[in-house]
Amino acid sequence: MSDVVATNQTILVVGGGISGMTAALEAAETGKQVILIEKRPFIGGRVTQLYKYFPKLCHPTCGMEINQRRAKANTNLTILTLAEVSDISGTEGDYTATIKMQPRYVNDNCTACGACNEAVETEFDNDFNYNMDKRKGAYLPYNNAYPQQFVLDSRIIGTDDADKAKAACKYDAIDLDMQEETLEIKAGAVIWATGWQPFDAAKIQPYGYDRIDNVITSVEFERMMDPFGPTGGKILRPSDGKEAKDIAFIQCAGSRDRNYLRHCSRICCMASLKQSTYVREKYADEGKASIYYIDIRAIDRFEDFYQKVQDDDNVTFIKSKVANIVEDKKTGNPVLNGVNTEGYHRYSNPHELVVLAVGMEPSVDKDIFPVEIVLNNNGFIEADNKNGGIFAAGCASDALDVNRAVQNATASALRAVQVVNRVARAED
Amino acid sequence: MAEVIKTGTYICKGCDLGHRLDTDQLENIATGEGGAVLAKQHDFLCSQVGVEMIREDIDKGEINRLVIAACSRRAKTEAFRFDDIAMTRVNLREGVIWIRPETDEAKETTQEMANDYVRMGCTEVKFMHTPDPSHEQTLNKHILVVGGGYTGMTSALESSKAGYLVTIVEKSDSLGGTAGKLHKKVPTHSPYRDPEDTGVTELTALIAADPNITVHLQSKITNTEGAPGRFTVSISAESGNTINETFGSIIQASGFTAYDANQLTEFAYTDNADVITQLELEALAKEASGGAIKRPSDGKEVERVIFVQCAGQRSQKEGHLSYCSGFCCNTSIKQAMYFKDSNPDIYTNVIYTDLRTPGAGGEDFYRSGQDKGITFTKGTVNTIANNNGNLSVNYKDIILDEDSTLDVDLVVLATGMIANSGVNIDAVKEDEDADSTEVAVPVESILNLQYRQGPDMPQLVNGFVDSHFICFPYETRRTGIYAAGPVRRPMDTKQAADDATGAAMKAIQAVENAGKGRAAHPRSGDLSFPSFRKEGCTQCKRCTVECPFGAINEDEKGYPQYNESRCRRCGTCMGACPVRVISFENYSIDTVGQQIKAVEIPEESEEKPRILVLACENDAYPALDMAALNRVEYSPYVRVVPVRCLGSMNTIFITDALNSGYDGVVMMGCKKGVDYQCHFVKGSEMAHYRLSKVADTLQTLNLEEERVAVHEVAITDIKRAPQLIDDMAKTIEEIGLSPFKF
Repeated sequence: MSDVVATNQTILVVGGGISGMTAALEAAETGKQVILIEKRPFIGGRVTQLYKYFPKLCHPTCGMEINQRRAKANTNLTILTLAEVSDISGTEGDYTATIKMQPRYVNDNCTACGACNEAVETEFDNDFNYNMDKRKGAYLPYNNAYPQQFVLDSRIIGTDDADKAKAACKYDAIDLDMQEETLEIKAGAVIWATGWQPFDAAKIQPYGYDRIDNVITSVEFERMMDPFGPTGGKILRPSDGKEAKDIAFIQCAGSRDRNYLRHCSRICCMASLKQSTYVREKYADEGKASIYYIDIRAIDRFEDFYQKVQDDDNVTFIKSKVANIVEDKKTGNPVLNGVNTEGYHRYSNPHELVVLAVGMEPSVDKDIFPVEIVLNNNGFIEADNKNGGIFAAGCASDALDVNRAVQNATASALRAVQVVNRVARAED
Repeated sequence: MAEVIKTGTYICKGCDLGHRLDTDQLENIATGEGGAVLAKQHDFLCSQVGVEMIREDIDKGEINRLVIAACSRRAKTEAFRFDDIAMTRVNLREGVIWIRPETDEAKETTQEMANDYVRMGCTEVKFMHTPDPSHEQTLNKHILVVGGGYTGMTSALESSKAGYLVTIVEKSDSLGGTAGKLHKKVPTHSPYRDPEDTGVTELTALIAADPNITVHLQSKITNTEGAPGRFTVSISAESGNTINETFGSIIQASGFTAYDANQLTEFAYTDNADVITQLELEALAKEASGGAIKRPSDGKEVERVIFVQCAGQRSQKEGHLSYCSGFCCNTSIKQAMYFKDSNPDIYTNVIYTDLRTPGAGGEDFYRSGQDKGITFTKGTVNTIANNNGNLSVNYKDIILDEDSTLDVDLVVLATGMIANSGVNIDAVKEDEDADSTEVAVPVESILNLQYRQGPDMPQLVNGFVDSHFICFPYETRRTGIYAAGPVRRPMDTKQAADDATGAAMKAIQAVENAGKGRAAHPRSGDLSFPSFRKEGCTQCKRCTVECPFGAINEDEKGYPQYNESRCRRCGTCMGACPVRVISFENYSIDTVGQQIKAVEIPEESEEKPRILVLACENDAYPALDMAALNRVEYSPYVRVVPVRCLGSMNTIFITDALNSGYDGVVMMGCKKGVDYQCHFVKGSEMAHYRLSKVADTLQTLNLEEERVAVHEVAITDIKRAPQLIDDMAKTIEEIGLSPFKF
C-alpha cells in the first residue's frame, strides 16, 4: 500500500459511505486524482446495512452496485480500506494527512473463494448485524462487499484459526505478518465524510433498551429484514424468537431532546413510515404498526409516502412522547405508558415488539476530532471559511437522508475540485 | 480490409475450477468450434503471473480478442483490466460450479454448462470491437445557467470558481429571484437563533465583479439544440436582440412560482387585504426594515398575527398541492421573529399539524422561536372571516380537541411552491394519443429544446424535474442538462445552495466527459457508442420514441440522428429496432444473438432442456452472482446472458432462441413504473412493452405462452432469482420440450 501516489492536486476523501463514495466518484469522473479512505474493511457505509430506502422502497445495494462499478472502472480513484486519518497538517492546497491502516491479513491475491472461512471455527459478534448474530474470524463482511476480499479478525491472529486459514488458502492470499501501517498522503483538498452513528439507545433509560429484550432499535430492525441477516429475513422477538406482528415505533428516540440529541435527526420519521410497510409486507392483514410521534416530518415529496401509510388501516398514529416502557413479564410484551396529546388520553399499550427510531449522531466525537475544524453544538461540521480546503460531505455536515447526503457530497466534490484546480493553475 | 480475428482464450483452474471441470475439454472447445488461435490454462489466472501471461500475448500481437474463462465479470476487475482489446468474461465460477452440486450425477450437466459458456464467450468476442468515440464535439468549458435566482447565481459562482465560463440568462430585470424579495433568510450557521441576511446583494456583487460570468437580463432561451459539449443556444432579449452561443452543458435553475392563494376561498384571501401570503409578508417586512410591520388594509401596526401552515398543500383537495413544500415551517418561524424581534409583546401564533424543522439548524431555530415567545398551536384552520376590521380565525385545536376562534390583525398563509419546469412533454404526448380537442393553458417552454422528444425536460411527479432521486439526484433525463433548486424538488435556500453547487459539479463533469467522448452516468467513461446502418433503416422511429434520454433526433426524412454525448449507452434503441440495424462496437444484436446461437441444443431424446436467461447486468446478474456466493443451486439447463439493460433486449433474441430449439426464455429486468429502479429510467418498461407483443409470435410458432417469462428482479432477490429459473425449468417439465429441436 505504500505505493500510493498523491500530490497537492489530489483530493483526499475521508469516509467511504454513500457520501464519501459519491464525492470521490464525482471528482474522479471529472478527471481528478482521488484517494478514498474507509475505516471498515469495505466501502458503502451504513446504507449497506439497510433493507430498503424510503420512499421508493428500493434496495440500497442497487445504487451501491452502480457506485462499485464506477469505482472499479475508474483509474483516477484509489481506495484504501481499514484506514483512518489520525492527523492533517498544512493549509488549503497543501495538506499532509497521516493515515493509519489496520492489517487485513489478506492481500490482493484473495479470490473470495471462501476456503479460509470454511477452515476457521471461532465465532465473534457480527458488527455488520449490530451484534445480533455471530460470524467467523475469517469473513466477507456481507454479500456484496467491495473490495471482494475476505478479512481476518485480528482476534484470531496468533491462534490455531489463523494457521488454519492460512493453510486453507491456495493463493497465498493470507499474510499473518501484516502490521499496522502509517502513511503520509499529500492532498490539495480534503472531503470529510465520516457519516453518522445511531444514538446509543441504552442512554434513554425510560425506554429500557438495555433491560427489555423486545425493545430494539430501528437499525437492528433493518437487519432483521435482510434474508441473509441475523433472523433470515424474519421479524423475530429477541426474547423468545417468536414472530412479532404488533409493533410499536417510537419516534425521536434520543432526538429533539435536550437530554440527548438536541437536533432532529430528519430521517427517523420516514424510516418508521417505511418500516411500517415492512410489517405489512411480512404479515399482510395480520401486521399492525403503531407510530408514537411528536411531528411527522415527511418533508417535500415524502409527504405522498406519508399519505399512503396514513391510508393504511393497520397503521395507527399516536401523537405522544412515550413516557416509559415496562416489560410484561408473563408475555414478554413491552408496555408503553404515556398520554396521547390529541385530546389528552392516558394509555398503557402492550405491543409484541418496540422499535426505537434512534437518532443520528456524528460518527466522530467532537471532543477528539482529529482535524481542526468548525463544529456546531451538535457535533456537525459547519460550512466555514476557517476550514480552508477541508469540506464536510453528507452526515458529517448535518442529519441528512440519502438523497440530501448525495446532493451535499456532490457539492463538496466541486468545492474540492475548485481548490485543486486553483493549485493546478498556480503551478502551470 | 477485413480484420483477421485472433482470439485468445484463457481458462482459469483456480477456485476449484480445475477440479470441478474438465478444462482440457474447455480448451478444445475454445480452439475448435470457438475458433480461438490460442487457448491457455492457468492455475491462478488472476495472479500477477497469469495476468502477465495474457498481457504478453496481447503486446506481442498474438491475439486481438480476449476471452477470460474464470469468475464473474464483476469479480477481479482490477486484475483483468485490459482496456486496449475487445474482451469478454466467461463466468465459470459464479455461473457454473458455485451453483451446481459436486456430485457424480451433476458432473455431466455442469460440464455442459461450462462448455456452452466458453462457446458463447468465444463467439461473442468475435463480434466485438474496442470502442472508438466519434469525437463529434470538442471541449467546451462554457456553462449556461438558466435562471438568475439564488440557485442560478450560486451555480454560476461555483462553476466560475472551478475555472469555467458561465452565462446566466434571467427573464426578469434583475438577479436574485424569489430570494431577492425576502427581508431575511432562515439561518444557515450556528447557533441558528436569528434570521440572517439573504446574501443576495453580496452574490449579485460577486457576479458583477466576476470576469468569467456574463449575465443576460430580461432574456429567454428561444432555441436549444445539440448535445453536451456542443449545445447551440439562442438567447433572446425583450429588446428583440437574439444572440447565439455554444455551451458545454446547461444548468436549469428556473425556480418556482408561488401557489395562487386566490384558490383558497375558505381563507378569504381574495376578499381581505389583511390575509396575505408569506411572500407578501416579506415585502411588508422589507418596507418596515426592522420597525413595526403595518397591515395592508389601513396601515395599522400589527399587534396580533397568525400563521396558517400548509395552506393549500399536503392536501388531496382539488386544486391543492399534495406535497409539502418543505421550507414554510421555518419561514413562518422566521417571519414570526420579524414581529417578536421588533416588539416582544406582539402576539404570534403558528397553527400547524406537523411542524417540520429537521436537521441540526432547524430544531435550534424552532427552539429559538419558542424562546422568543412565539406560540405554536397544533391545529387546523377552518375559516377566516372579517370581524369589524379585524380577522376572526376559526380553527380546531387538535390538542384540546375543540374549536376555537382568535381575533387578529393579520393572517399569513404558508402557501407552497410550484416548479417552473416548462412544458410537461409527457402530458402533451398523452393528449396527442387521446386525440383531445380540449385546449390546455399554454405553458411557455423554458429550454425550447429542438429535441424530437419535446422542448423541456421530462417531469417525474408533481411537476418537478427529477429522476433517480435517491442515489443519483442529479440524473435528469436529458444528458448534460442538470436541474437545480426548487425546479427539481421543493427546497429552501440552504438546500438550494447545495443543490446549485452539486449541479455545477455535474455540469462541469459533463463538459469534461463530452470532450473525451465518454458517457455520462451511470455508464460513466464508456466509450462505446451506437451506430446504425442507414440502408437497412425503415424510418419506423421506434428508436427515437423509446430512447429514455431523448438522445436521438430524426432528420427530415425520418432517419435517426444520433448524438453521441446525449447517449447513455443503455442500448434501448438497439432493443427497439425491428430491423436490427443499431449496434455498439462492443455490444450489438450480434454479440448477444450469436451467443444465443452458440449454445449447443441437445436432441430431444436427451431430455435436456435449454433455458435462455437475459439478465440486466446492473441488478439481476449481480443477484445471481450473490446467489452463487451463497451456493444457492439452480437448474443446469439455463444459459445466462447479461444485458446492459433489459431495454436493449430485442425481440429477435426471443424468436431466434425459440426457433433454434430453446425450451424457455426468462427475462430479468428492474422495477418499472413511477418508483422505477431501472438505471436507464424506461429500459425495463420498454422491454415489458415489447414483450406484450411477443404472444402473437408464439402463437404463429404454435408455442405455449408460458415458455417466455419476464420478471422484475431486484439486486436483493438472491434467492428469488434462482427460483424464477427453476420455475421455468419446472414449467418446461410440465408442458414438455420444445418441438423445434433438430
